[in-house]
Amino acid sequence: MVGLIAEETVLLAVFADIHANRQAFSACLDFARAHGAERFICLGDYVGYGADPEWTVETVMDLVDKGALAVRGNHDNAIGTPAETMNAEAQAAIEWTRGRLSAAQRRFLAELPLMLQEDDRLYVHSEASTPAKWHYVQSTAEAGRSLLATAAHITFCGHIHRPALYSMSVTGKMTSFVPTSGVTVQLLQGRRWLTVLGSVGQPRDGDPAASFAMFDTSSREITFCRVPYDVDAAAKRIRENGLPIWLADRLSVGR
Amino acid sequence: MAKDLVQPGAVIDGFTVGECVHRGGMATLWSVTRPDIPTPLLMKIPRVSEGEDPAAIVSFEMEQMILPRLSGPHVPAWYATGDFAHQAYVVIEPIPGKTLYSRLGELPLACEEARVIGWKIATALADLHRQNVIHHDIKPSSIMFRPSGEAVLIDFGLSHHNQLPDLLQEEFRLPYGTAPYMAPERLLGVRDDPRSDLFSLGVLLYFFTTGVRPFGESETLRGMRRRLWRDPYPPRKLRPDYPPWLQEVVLRCLEIEPVWRYPTASQLAFELAHPDEIKLTARAERLNCDPFSTVWRRRFNGNLTQPRGKSGVAAQLASGPIVAIALDLTEGSAALNEALRVTTERILATLPSARLACLNVLKLGRVTIDKTLDEEGKNKHIDRLVTLKHWASPLKLDQNRLTTHVLEAVDPAAAILDFAQANHVDHIVIGARQNSLVRTLLGSVSARVAAEAPCTVTVVRPPRLASLYEPDQGPQDGSDDRSMPAL
Repeated sequence: MVGLIAEETVLLAVFADIHANRQAFSACLDFARAHGAERFICLGDYVGYGADPEWTVETVMDLVDKGALAVRGNHDNAIGTPAETMNAEAQAAIEWTRGRLSAAQRRFLAELPLMLQEDDRLYVHSEASTPAKWHYVQSTAEAGRSLLATAAHITFCGHIHRPALYSMSVTGKMTSFVPTSGVTVQLLQGRRWLTVLGSVGQPRDGDPAASFAMFDTSSREITFCRVPYDVDAAAKRIRENGLPIWLADRLSVGR
Repeated sequence: MAKDLVQPGAVIDGFTVGECVHRGGMATLWSVTRPDIPTPLLMKIPRVSEGEDPAAIVSFEMEQMILPRLSGPHVPAWYATGDFAHQAYVVIEPIPGKTLYSRLGELPLACEEARVIGWKIATALADLHRQNVIHHDIKPSSIMFRPSGEAVLIDFGLSHHNQLPDLLQEEFRLPYGTAPYMAPERLLGVRDDPRSDLFSLGVLLYFFTTGVRPFGESETLRGMRRRLWRDPYPPRKLRPDYPPWLQEVVLRCLEIEPVWRYPTASQLAFELAHPDEIKLTARAERLNCDPFSTVWRRRFNGNLTQPRGKSGVAAQLASGPIVAIALDLTEGSAALNEALRVTTERILATLPSARLACLNVLKLGRVTIDKTLDEEGKNKHIDRLVTLKHWASPLKLDQNRLTTHVLEAVDPAAAILDFAQANHVDHIVIGARQNSLVRTLLGSVSARVAAEAPCTVTVVRPPRLASLYEPDQGPQDGSDDRSMPAL
């Protein structure tokens, strides 16, 4: 794990599970910039499922060049490690993607760290206790395991494509919460927080709009955002490229 | 008692600490000042030292999250929050006077005074629920009054905000709150039903009008669970002169199943504002508790113990709006009133908990001052009430969802607007007459209501008159389903 010390107050935009959806990622970047985002954090799974991996990886590489932080997701890992187990559709998309990316892009993905720490914040794709095993955080017990594995005050992760917010009190009690988009929540100092980002490129919580979050490092306030984007165009790209049809269809229902 | 870490004269984040004004079980209250804020301030500091109740920390965190989001006259204004990392506190507006707890020695209160108190609290709850917050600790010591009369709700440590994490969710194995006032569903872990606050208000009203707590003071879980099946003695059993309308209100608030209570605090406030209009049911006359068979069924086949769908606070409030229909009962308005009824039917069809207030304005002379109506005027008033009821009867509304009101006023638009403001009406439906001489001379009532109302207004026109304006419209005007069948 790499540790970093960031400068003072910044407004972060945090993206997870972009999955080569150019239309969704562009819409989120525009939204974040229009709302004053000063720093970008990318939580992995830049490729897989969607039909624009070259553009997406290129964009993330460019953001990282300009100071953004990025960690590796399981789909990014599968590009260089074909042994990664996945379902058939995901596997088909990975095989297709591998042929599209340049050597430099593949190397960029392979060399991304699994976790990054910045001040008291931890960034990881799946969860922090065994990040290379890509476990899903779907319950307070799993969230608690991740929080207890590190000293970070706030952990940001993605991987399950549904936004959630977990907290742990000083006595170790957990709470879970499904955030309301557009409503700011202050992550109180007195407890530790696990922030699960929704997916930019393939939301699965029934809302097809792209999902990401903005975090103010001084007020410690997080806002989960939903951004409508041209779903039809993204789905059309998937069909045109001969990827499994369900990967196109699911975008319009957010499942 | 643990030693206070804060002392008079200390300066915390620019606030100079003055005297300690209250020491409670969970927190201490200090008067504080800050040079840039001219008004007096109150700093609330949680007791978090060793040996104190850990609940104090969590409930204080809840208050820290919720207070900054609240606004309006029914909550103390919020100024600042300090985190547990340094010194935890919230700075709020001090509300002068004492809480309702100070009145306990005077119980039972006169029913009329209790009605006004209940109305004020229900109005405050309606405003709180509108802001997505359920108080969950409504009791006399949580209620104060501004000098201007509005009820102010304090202490949000046990509250639930529908759009924020609920930190009390898994913190305590037992439901946390004030036992005598706690709604039965709270004992089952339900924290997202705003009608829990209506139950607590029912307990308070019962207590304030009879001097007796309806469910006693038991603090044990076993004692508290009894309210899941055992209803309290009807107030009339304790106080034979108890007004039936008040018993109707109190027992409806105390219904075990939330769905049998008032759908919203606004609707409860509406009833308490119009005691003469309260529809009396079997509740109003009861002298005894439910029979043993009913209690047995509840206890062993309890509906409340069934898992229930999650309902958001906002969604529930939206399903139970107060809809006001302004009707013109003069000659020649039959077509318009029929169109109004069709629109009303459509609105009510989608909102099973909505209540309907039918209004008619009895216009008074601008010059003559009708202080007391003469015999003829009175008849006119009653005639109109009868006509309003007649208009509403095809809607086949349950009696407790319908009220009729004849407003006597010089200015009809102002009367409708005042009614909507005072009764927290969510939606006004009003007809617009066209090509009328009266309208030309006096201006349009509906236009003014639409322009100035504090809520949604639907202006209805009769279909025939609408077509007069579009005599040559072809089939391309498919949007107007009043004049053209869909092609």
